[in-house]
Amino acid sequence: MNVVVAKTETGRALSNAFAVARGRLPGGGRVADARKQAFEAYERLGLPHRRIEEWKYTDLRMLMREVLPLADAPDQDALRRAKAALAGHAIAGATRLVLVDGVYSPELSDTAGLDAAIRIQIVRDVLEDAGNEARADLFNINIADNAMVSLNAAMMTDGVLVTIAEQAVVTKPIQIVHVATRSAAATYTRSFLKLGKGARATLVENFAGAEGAKAYQANDAVIVWVGEGAELEHVRLMVDAIDAINISTAVFTVGARARLNTFNMTSGGHVSRYQGYVSCAGEGAQITTNGVNLLNGRQHADSTLLLDHAVPNCTSREVFRAVVDDRAHSVFQGRIIVRPYAQKTDAKMMTRALLLSDEAEADNKPELEIFADDVTCGHGATTGALDESLLFYLRARGLSEKDAQALLIQAFVGEAIESIANDGLRDLAISAAQRWLEARA
Amino acid sequence: MPLLEVKDLQVRVEEREILHGLSLTVNLGEVHAIMGPNGSGKSTLSHVIAGKPGYEVTGGEILFRGEDLLAMSPDERAAKGVFLAFQYPVEIPGVATMTFLRTALNAQRKARGESEYSTPDFLKKVREVAKSLNIPQDMLRRGVNVGFSGGEKKRNEILQMALFEPSLCILDEMDSGLDIDALRVAADGVNALRSPDRAMVVITHYQRLLNYIVPDFVHVMSKGRVVKSGDKELALELEASGYTQFEDAA
Repeated sequence: MNVVVAKTETGRALSNAFAVARGRLPGGGRVADARKQAFEAYERLGLPHRRIEEWKYTDLRMLMREVLPLADAPDQDALRRAKAALAGHAIAGATRLVLVDGVYSPELSDTAGLDAAIRIQIVRDVLEDAGNEARADLFNINIADNAMVSLNAAMMTDGVLVTIAEQAVVTKPIQIVHVATRSAAATYTRSFLKLGKGARATLVENFAGAEGAKAYQANDAVIVWVGEGAELEHVRLMVDAIDAINISTAVFTVGARARLNTFNMTSGGHVSRYQGYVSCAGEGAQITTNGVNLLNGRQHADSTLLLDHAVPNCTSREVFRAVVDDRAHSVFQGRIIVRPYAQKTDAKMMTRALLLSDEAEADNKPELEIFADDVTCGHGATTGALDESLLFYLRARGLSEKDAQALLIQAFVGEAIESIANDGLRDLAISAAQRWLEARA
Repeated sequence: MPLLEVKDLQVRVEEREILHGLSLTVNLGEVHAIMGPNGSGKSTLSHVIAGKPGYEVTGGEILFRGEDLLAMSPDERAAKGVFLAFQYPVEIPGVATMTFLRTALNAQRKARGESEYSTPDFLKKVREVAKSLNIPQDMLRRGVNVGFSGGEKKRNEILQMALFEPSLCILDEMDSGLDIDALRVAADGVNALRSPDRAMVVITHYQRLLNYIVPDFVHVMSKGRVVKSGDKELALELEASGYTQFEDAA
């Protein structure tokens, strides 16, 4: 078989984008080497396409077509527009870290009254600090053969690195907000969160476009370590511009007796992929990973999750809900691996899709790979329309068709949202879903 | 003007004609019982009045206060004062009963151009009615009808009837699935709502219910038509003789 693949036009454009951007990417020496290696890894794979099994439903060669040039660093106008966009994502009392067009903005961030147990570093500073021996480690996140992760490594411009001390209980949510202001440009960000042993914290991630930002591309990665006995609640809300592309990767390593409760909701973007990698690194870890896709028009959203039960006695629960209208396309791929040594694993996954139009499409692909013999694992997947008998009951009580649908859709996604333990964040997710429903009516 | 006029109604479901020219007139303040054997079209009539999809009206008309009811959507009918108490009320997981009641009541009031209820007024009203129907508060916090017993579901229907104050109540087989104690509580709830400003159509297979909700008029349906009308004595007659005579006659 011929392995010397002729470069596609897209591939050439991207090579060019890297060459052009190189001079603007932070960090020399080992960092520059790591970028070059990552870019070569990307080039070997190229943009993912449908013949690669895990990208079967999300063919980026078709959906993304071209890779856009790196977004310009934000100027005063960009910051002003980003500030206006932030208003819709404010969380009272949160430690807010804002990335505008892929660059950390101290002006728009709010770290007042920061807990002494939290240390925040800016990824750009770390990359540029030649004296920092560990800076090249930011490139090594142990995800093999994923072209978009390699591309993220090659091109990352900024992000935040948050470290929380052992046993610290951080009550204020830590919020990372990504705002795009540039049209037809790409951003690459990478952030890190390390929770020390027994620490407790909440991480919120928002992705949004400023008014007028069109057809941009965001590629983000977030790498999280939940230390032994630590607890993390994570909520991610993606409401990017309706013609934007968002490819995001989240990597969670969960220690012994630690708890991770993560929730993602995608209602924005034209094409998006949220790929989560969760691994149990210590016995007794408890994991909840829930998600919701709310799609209409011609949106395409892919939620792909890999749960790796590498050690015994861990529990995982996945609840995923998709609501798909018009000609939109929702993809859910949930893979659970139970390694031979991971006895007494208890893993369950349930995914349901609601199709609101004849042309809507939902692909659900649950996969269980079980190599241990003393485990409890289960999965289920359903796809269907709204129940006519429930709709009629509500309409017979005076609700209009749209209102009856909205109430049933809220209840449907509520099953995934209700796992959010923090009342304020749960309300935030509920109101984001309500806004989507209102915009639909 | 009568409250409800059903004139020569013909209804099909998937090519099969269920109602073959049914007529019925109901005035405010009256309670009508519609009796008949299984398959006579009783529930079809209730569904068509409420606007359930899947029925094709091929002839006749239904007027509500002189207006063409068949031209209205189910929610418009509800706002005009038509209420169907379902034979099998559905369970709606994830929608709290309280949220449902408030959303429905305010939707109806809004459609009529009335102001929405304030939260304290709404809560006060729901609590009063719930108490009279022996509905515990925790039931109102649960999903609509989720995990409710048959009796609780029917009580929840009557709770809605009391709250929405419709002018026409259609009770579809209210007695099905109820034991005698549950039936008595439900019937008391219904009787408390009898009023000169309201009419009721009680659909039932058995005469038993009519011991508790005593009708002014009784109609016997068979094979998609009203074949006999009379007063409450007709129900007792039926109890003694059964429906067979009407099936032969029809």
